[in-house]
Amino acid sequence: MKIVVLVKQVPDSGAERNLRADDNTVDRASANNVINEMDEYAIEEALRLQEAHGGEVTVLTMGPERAAESIRKALSMGPDGAVHVIDDALAGTDALGTSKVLAAAISELAPDLVISGAESTDARGQVMPHMLAERLGFAALTGARKLTVEGSQLTVERQTEEGYEVVTAATPAIVSVWDTINEPRYPSFKGIMAAKKKPVATKSLADLGVAADQVGWAGAATTVLSHSKRPARSAGQKVADSGEGGVALVDYLSSEKFV
Amino acid sequence: MAEVLVVVESSGGTVKKVTLEMLTLARSLGEPAAVVLGAPGTAAPLVDKLGEYGAVKVYAAESTEIDEHLVAPKATALAQLVKAVSPAAVLIGSTQEGKEIAGRLAVKLDNGVLTDVVELAADGTATQVAFAGSTIVKSKVTKGLPLVTVRPNSLTPSPAAASPSMEPVEVALADTDKLAVVTKRVAEAKGARPELTEASIVVSGGRGVASAENFKIIEELADLLGAAVGASRAATDSGFYPHAFQVGQTGKTVSPQLYIAVGISGAIQHRAGMQTSKTIVAVNKDTEAPIFELADFGVVGDLNQVVPQASEEIRKRR
Ligand SMILES: Cc1cc2nc3c(=O)[nH]c(=O)nc-3n(C[C@H](O)[C@H](O)[C@H](O)COP(=O)(O)OP(=O)(O)OC[C@H]3O[C@@H](n4cnc5c(N)ncnc54)[C@H](O)[C@@H]3O)c2cc1C
Ligand SMILES: Nc1ncnc2c1ncn2[C@@H]1O[C@H](COP(=O)(O)O)[C@@H](O)[C@H]1O
Repeated sequence: MKIVVLVKQVPDSGAERNLRADDNTVDRASANNVINEMDEYAIEEALRLQEAHGGEVTVLTMGPERAAESIRKALSMGPDGAVHVIDDALAGTDALGTSKVLAAAISELAPDLVISGAESTDARGQVMPHMLAERLGFAALTGARKLTVEGSQLTVERQTEEGYEVVTAATPAIVSVWDTINEPRYPSFKGIMAAKKKPVATKSLADLGVAADQVGWAGAATTVLSHSKRPARSAGQKVADSGEGGVALVDYLSSEKFV
Repeated sequence: MAEVLVVVESSGGTVKKVTLEMLTLARSLGEPAAVVLGAPGTAAPLVDKLGEYGAVKVYAAESTEIDEHLVAPKATALAQLVKAVSPAAVLIGSTQEGKEIAGRLAVKLDNGVLTDVVELAADGTATQVAFAGSTIVKSKVTKGLPLVTVRPNSLTPSPAAASPSMEPVEVALADTDKLAVVTKRVAEAKGARPELTEASIVVSGGRGVASAENFKIIEELADLLGAAVGASRAATDSGFYPHAFQVGQTGKTVSPQLYIAVGISGAIQHRAGMQTSKTIVAVNKDTEAPIFELADFGVVGDLNQVVPQASEEIRKRR
């Protein structure tokens, strides 16, 4: 089975994140840039499928120069190689444009299965897997907490508000995963060394046959007009419990009309 | 006045609160028209409620195929409707499926899409809250119509009676809409408590609750307040509470009137899911816990003392 894993580099969600003052894009220069957390689960799932069924796992990233670090990190977990889509004309690309580029790159790789994270921690869009399925004509089995593969038949347990759904499809398909699906492995020392020698193909827009005016600032279908920091919440009243803390809590709730 | 399409979310014949919020929002933008996408018979029981909140029309795109296949048929039905009625805007709930429908629709219409919108002005300017609630972004769709997903609990729904007409919509599905087959839907026990993302009060427990059994003190307080129960990731990872109730960056985003965090330290990823709550109350034995930095009211103490006492006190005052 030929598997492509989508990996996005994002600013670490555990630290302060900012948008840039000049062009309203994510400030990546000042951030600690890491692999989008859900994508680590996607990589793990791909590797487990490869261990069970054989085949090949390719990481696909669209992102600037510095995304190369995250690609190496992803490869150190075990995938065979990567494709890095990188082009100056990509600056300012929105979700719709990103889906054009990734769809073109996926078409070229012609996988049986694409695995992605369910959402990215910076955009929290949850839109990419279905955008790609729409463009590629693939089945989309999204929000998976469990994936089983039998031949070309896929079955997913999809997390929902109410519980879960069982959804099936045949390959070619895209599956997006939540963190409930597995426990990602840590790269071994051997894995880290091996990753340095794994092939990473860089692709430009021209290589993929995507016109530059379809993406980037020129092609964006949305624009950020302005941004501001939400005023930080300030600490209110704090009481130490000396036997009556629960009563004090109810006094407060009652003063605020909650009880 | 141009129509504003509101994609209805419902469960078991009941309209979800986010839909009423979107109808309220839609009234400030144009004439709200509700769109029901589902199995035959889904729309009829919803019409009255949709009318109460101002829907002047209810488009009913109903077929077993829509129900039996994941997401894609809904986007196709919606795209056909958008082309037919040229609405002023399309509002969809910012839920997993809502965002997925929006993503597909954006591709079909070659239209920009904005997710997690909390406000939408008549000129199409959207307000989004980003980065764990720390950043406010003003944005706009520049290609096509305003296609946005609206975050639950961003505004208070207000009724405005209308008597909607029901308009059936014929849907022509493509083969690619029927690739993913839903073979089973399983509702996992949630009991009588309100839906986490819709609740006006949420009581959440963290690692400090220390065990699954001990979550009963969280549930007890929640039930006295008519609240939903939430949990931190440390609590769900430790198996104290089911994952579906996780609040935070990798869980649900909640924005209730009141959020009570019990035995939760207040890590940035947890805040991401609750920071926009109106009032925040914390119970934690560590006076330095970061959760107190954003709590309107905090009790420094052992949750095993404070919470049962609070429940007892509420009972007494009834
Ligand atoms: C990429 C990523 C995504 C994440 N997503 C999420 C997410 O969606 N949601 C989420 O919640 N976390 C998330 N986390 C985890 C987050 O960083 C924290 O680890 C987690 O929120 C901690 O949960 P906690 O506050 O319950 O536990 P802890 O940080 O261990 O805090 C427990 C608190 O309980 C208090 N306590 C202990 N015993 C008592 C007692 N008897 N009485 C009173 N207080 C007591 C302690 O003082 C402490 O403050 C994520 C992390 C990463 C890296
Ligand atoms: N630029 C990108 N490069 C590679 N994968 C991406 C990119 N953007 C999004 N993805 C994938 O799509 C998933 C969902 O992203 P989003 O729709 O932004 O929440 C992520 O978890 C990634 O797996």
